[in-house]
Amino acid sequence: MSSEIVSRPHVENFINWSKDKPKVLVLSADLTNSCEVGKWRDTYPERFFSMGMAEQNMVSFAAGLAREGFEPWLHTFAVFLYRRPLDQLQMSVAYPNLPVRFVGFLPGITTPGGVTHQAIDDVNVLRGVPNMTILETGDATEIESVLDVAHAIKGPVYIRMLRGEVSRLFDKSEPMQLNTARVLSEGSEITLLTSGITTEEAMRATKILRERGVEIQHLHISTLKPFEDPQVIAALHKAQKGIITMENHSVIGGLGSIVAELMAENAIGKPLIRIGLNDTYAHGASQKYLLNHYELDAMALIKKVEILCDKEFNISAEEIPSAREISVHSSAKVEAL
Amino acid sequence: MTNLDLEKVQKQANNIRKRVLEHTVKNNGGYLSQACSAAEIAAALYGGLANLAPLKAPLAPALFQGVPSKNFTEYQTGAVFHGEQTPTSDRLIISPAHYALVIYTALIESGRLREDSLDFFNKDGYNIEMIGAEHSPGFETTTGSLAQALSQAGGIALARKLKKESGKVWVFMSDGEFQEGQTWEALAAINYHDLTNVKIIVDVNRNQCDGPMDTVMTIEPLAQRIKSFGWTVDVIDGHNLSQMYQVGAKETFKPHAILAYTDPMKNIEILSERLPILHYVRFSSESEREKYREFYEAWNL
Repeated sequence: MSSEIVSRPHVENFINWSKDKPKVLVLSADLTNSCEVGKWRDTYPERFFSMGMAEQNMVSFAAGLAREGFEPWLHTFAVFLYRRPLDQLQMSVAYPNLPVRFVGFLPGITTPGGVTHQAIDDVNVLRGVPNMTILETGDATEIESVLDVAHAIKGPVYIRMLRGEVSRLFDKSEPMQLNTARVLSEGSEITLLTSGITTEEAMRATKILRERGVEIQHLHISTLKPFEDPQVIAALHKAQKGIITMENHSVIGGLGSIVAELMAENAIGKPLIRIGLNDTYAHGASQKYLLNHYELDAMALIKKVEILCDKEFNISAEEIPSAREISVHSSAKVEAL
Repeated sequence: MTNLDLEKVQKQANNIRKRVLEHTVKNNGGYLSQACSAAEIAAALYGGLANLAPLKAPLAPALFQGVPSKNFTEYQTGAVFHGEQTPTSDRLIISPAHYALVIYTALIESGRLREDSLDFFNKDGYNIEMIGAEHSPGFETTTGSLAQALSQAGGIALARKLKKESGKVWVFMSDGEFQEGQTWEALAAINYHDLTNVKIIVDVNRNQCDGPMDTVMTIEPLAQRIKSFGWTVDVIDGHNLSQMYQVGAKETFKPHAILAYTDPMKNIEILSERLPILHYVRFSSESEREKYREFYEAWNL
């Protein structure tokens, strides 16, 4: 699988996008360069506000700004947007349905920062928050186009954001669209739903699985709430052998749970296998290591497809197109986190 | 303020206590000590301390219209009771939402809320609830989770500064909130961003849910602490209106905190029989309730 690697797409894109939007502000909690808005700050210093390491205050402050007609885009690591200031997110922002944008970096195991930095239950926590929209980026095109999707929503939006070196899996001419899955392959045996970085992993496996004769309907999901795309329900109905979800998140409360609820509500009685972190915290290591260690990678998917097909494909690791490796010390990141 | 004006506001403050007492007796429960401590503060805020546009006529409470959502965007907040918002008018954010009854009675006294409104207080289906949220009269934002109001006010003040509006943002706070870490984050941020349009007035009644604050978690020396965060701090007698107006009108070069030290049993001295717990009054017996009823009937302030 070949895909273009893009270095820090958010940096210039966000600057250009903000140019004609004077109400767009950025609030940051001491992770400005780590969240790729250092140049944004230098370009629009009058619209950038340093709030220090004080996320509870930052979230309620953003609510005040939004109430007065501004559109604050909070940039920090995801864990510091939904864990520490959850009460502020709920009472100051979500209850009044204010247009605050929570740009959460380092979703799931995309960081060697370990348990303190890995947002593994953010979708689970925030799905239960009324008025909240939840988006997840899976490549450079989605990093670029998620801005328009969020901007069009009147209420609060939480974004699982990627940074650093990212693949461009989807053509620039096909931007993210709210509540609309991307159909990456058609097939009637297995329906596979993936989100975020797991889509790239899954694409490594689906190619060779198709070559072994497995028919896979692969959908990439970028809107986790709301979750009302009719294409998804149709794809769930279509699966003859079963359904697999794959997410860079706990299997509890994220994509897998959402799909399980949808299946139950639509009386779709089929096997469902949820790939994700199995109700566990992770630890600090490289993304490649963690994907493998926690069985979130291409090979893990192949094993689950074998279960649903009741068949072994004898695919060796060497046959799977190699994953691009992201160096822990990549120059596209300001620190090794 | 002329002496005549001060007398009028003092009368309103007395009436706030009287109305809350009446209500507490009638309903066998209420946040009575908060009326004792904060009556002058609330009466002053609605009596010119905060620059709020007048209303043509008092508004009535309404049926609860639903929570804000994508299907309900024409949501009206309690700010309508504060008059038309203009670039020069002040905002008034009520932080301790459990002071709702004090705020509602202050709104009645200042001609912003209809006289009979307390008949609907805490009545199922109405917006004039026991703990106010932003649909309740006088509540511009949702703040009952303590300490969030000051940060919200900081955001509003920053927005108004960006829009070059001259109006101030007043925050009415309770002293217990200074136990919350977020309050200190907000104090630091408001000073750091030079938001001199923020003014807070704190009801320092030194009591909280579990009892006297010193037995729960001390916040003193409060003035010194807030000063060390870069604020201008004034300490006043929270029942002295002339002092309150004098200090409140002060132009400061730093964000301004007014610490109003108060008596949570002011004018209703029989509350001392309930010490050390004053947070919420629910009568322990019919005879206790009768005692308060008699106290109310003999009210002559």
